[in-house]
Amino acid sequence: MLESLSEKLQDVFDRLRGKGRLTEEDINEAMREIRLALLEADVNFKVVKSFVNRTKERCLEADVLESLTPTQNVIKIVLDELTTLLGQTDSKLVLSSRIPNVIMLVGLQGSGKTTAAAKLAYRLMQENHSPLLVACDVYRPAAADQLQTLGGEIGVRVYRGEGQDPVKIAREGVQDAIDNLRDVVIIDTAGRLHVDEEMMAEAVAIKEAVKPDQILMVVDAMTGQDVVSVVEAFAQEVDFDGVIMAKMDGDARGGGALSIREVTGKPIKFISSGEKPDSLEEFHPDRMAKRILGMGDMVSLIESAVRVQQDEQEAVEAERISRGQITLDDFLTMNRQVRKMGGIARLISALPGGDRALNSGQVDEGVLDSMETIINSMTKQERQKPDILNGSRRARIAAGAGVSVTEVNQLIKKFNETRKTVKQMMAQFGVTGTGKGKRGRRRRPMNLPGMDAMGGLDSLSMSDIQHFQDMMDNNAR
Amino acid sequence: MSSWFERMSEGLSRSRQRFVESMNVLLDRGPYLDQSFWDGLEETLILGDIGAETALEIVDHLQDQAARKALPDAYAVLSLLADQIAERFTPGGEEILEGEEGSVVLFVGINGTGKTTTVGKIAKEATDGGRHVLLGSADTFRAAAIEQLEVWADRANVEIVTRKRGSDPASVCYETIERGEAVGADLILIDTAGRLHTSADLMRELEKVVSVVRKRSKLPVYTVLVIDATTGQNGLAQAKEFHKALNLDGLILTKLDGTAKGGIALAVSSELELPIIKIGVGEAIEDLDDFDAHDFSEALIGDFSEQV
Ligand SMILES: Nc1nc2c(ncn2[C@@H]2O[C@H](COP(=O)(O)OP(=O)(O)OP(=O)(O)O)[C@@H](O)[C@H]2O)c(=O)[nH]1
Ligand SMILES: [Mg+2]
Repeated sequence: MLESLSEKLQDVFDRLRGKGRLTEEDINEAMREIRLALLEADVNFKVVKSFVNRTKERCLEADVLESLTPTQNVIKIVLDELTTLLGQTDSKLVLSSRIPNVIMLVGLQGSGKTTAAAKLAYRLMQENHSPLLVACDVYRPAAADQLQTLGGEIGVRVYRGEGQDPVKIAREGVQDAIDNLRDVVIIDTAGRLHVDEEMMAEAVAIKEAVKPDQILMVVDAMTGQDVVSVVEAFAQEVDFDGVIMAKMDGDARGGGALSIREVTGKPIKFISSGEKPDSLEEFHPDRMAKRILGMGDMVSLIESAVRVQQDEQEAVEAERISRGQITLDDFLTMNRQVRKMGGIARLISALPGGDRALNSGQVDEGVLDSMETIINSMTKQERQKPDILNGSRRARIAAGAGVSVTEVNQLIKKFNETRKTVKQMMAQFGVTGTGKGKRGRRRRPMNLPGMDAMGGLDSLSMSDIQHFQDMMDNNAR
Repeated sequence: MSSWFERMSEGLSRSRQRFVESMNVLLDRGPYLDQSFWDGLEETLILGDIGAETALEIVDHLQDQAARKALPDAYAVLSLLADQIAERFTPGGEEILEGEEGSVVLFVGINGTGKTTTVGKIAKEATDGGRHVLLGSADTFRAAAIEQLEVWADRANVEIVTRKRGSDPASVCYETIERGEAVGADLILIDTAGRLHTSADLMRELEKVVSVVRKRSKLPVYTVLVIDATTGQNGLAQAKEFHKALNLDGLILTKLDGTAKGGIALAVSSELELPIIKIGVGEAIEDLDDFDAHDFSEALIGDFSEQV
């Protein structure tokens, strides 16, 4: 029954993809599903709300709805926004130059602080530090015993002190580190509720006493909606630097991670998964996104996003062509497409009055082959900027393609004619790219070679058609 | 320039609004039921971890009823809502701690939910209520878990059976039951190690422990899942796995003294048909309460009721 978020999103997108065109209602439907899926993953209600609003707004922009690939664009926007929420960069634990460095752990009861403290010590030891663990939980029965045992198991010194004053124990702990040449102090504190004023004040008192270089908050990955109130309060009162997400070895989606970033701006630094000391890993936002979305299907979502990029690239190309700025590469593509569509003859006969053009001009399909060979013998630069093709370049190309220089000259002449015609034609059709950016542009569906079923010709006048025919005549000759 | 028709209907709706408002003042009624009321209600339920689907279902149903029963205002809807939420909880479970023949109760759950603390609290409450309580520490895994329960046994002034860390939890249970028979205990509470429901090995181990206890005990045996109120939607997956492995008899919801509402308990109780037998409201030995479905439901929508 528990369908993963990525499965749900995929369903929504598949449904969207089934339609050619998106309406506002379609987008609303997709957003409803995305909202439910995120809530199911325990992303906070308010975070979901602003996420959905933001995403929806972007999806409803004219150039998404009217683009050639609206669905892919929606997918890409969703992924974009999710990644932004999680934070882009990995955030590592950076120790300051102060010796000893002091790291303080805080969090709710039962979130996994003591276990995380031992894991952190273990990790630091692997990195050639000599940590000291300090047991400042004087409330939970046997909490100090627990830390002492864990420290013993990994071979790390533990300071537990005497009495019931955690501030005093913390201060003594730092001194103990100095006396025993430890370079990092990890202070394990008691679990406390964010609404317990006395206990929150105690955390602040410990902080003021030992001036930690880092305060890390330990958050249970299974926490639900309340995570926002909790981290907000801790951020405000204790002001931590980063988060350790604990119990990540379960199957909770950990949507709380999204909420923490969004609400406090604090990075997730580590994930803790398991009871063994070596299970503290650095946090990777992309992996977390995968987890929130549900593992496997992520690949297909990413593929969709890549496809969107390709589509966008094509759209940019089409735009360039529509401005009449074609290159020899375009020329080649156009010719190949012509062939894919059944050759010049079929293309022309499909046009209104095409039969007449066919009768008057001779259509030589073989021309296409030799043209391709010649263009393939050019350098990339030559194909992009045909104007640089001087005599010596032409001679080289002719030799490479095994044709005469005249044939190369003919091809260039033909290309120049086509370029001129395209330019004229575009001006005639009133297609003028603004040339600025991809967004905010109003693009008439005028993507030349792939023009779908010539639907774009509806609004053409008779003289347009006449002009188009002339151009085809030119090419066919 | 609005048309004559538009102007008329605008005037009508304005006077209708005024009429409703004055009626409310007269009858001391709450605010009118508009879309923002329903949205706010949905938000409150979701923020209480009740689950988005359940929240939508409840709000839809209620909206329907408000129309059909012509509920006058928000207050009427809210009291109906509290009733409906309360009804969804599975009642019962008294026999677990208060059965006449006595019982053996195992406390299970994921790490850090409050099992050990709850065992301590119940030990005290039951002793005060006249039971002969015996504790058994079957968490032989976590560092200092035994010492922790020993402190609670001390606080509640009850006897405890332990073995050293690392020993077989099933044999601790075996010994505890034997001891219980020898001293005539009528409530044996067994603390188990926290474990994630996704760890197949640890779940199998627990299954074995419970089946040993069921075979050995002459008293009825019950298993109780301890859930932390801050748990989100994953709580249902947890409960299902524990239920599948152990065939649970009841639930205990802890940490209700925070701001988390514990809405996931509703899904667990109604879907798995398990009663909530106690709630934890703090870290002290007396911070244990009986569960009252109505109070719980009212607390779930409490903040919202205050705003309305
Ligand atoms: N605020 C509050 N804290 C609680 C409550 N119940 C337990 N705790 C605290 O939660 C933390 C974990 O409680 P434990 O009883 O050790 O939890 P556990 O389930 O036995 O933990 P493991 O054995 O490690 O899996 C302790 O700090 C408790 O004091 C409660 O109702 N309210
Ligand atoms: Mg315990």
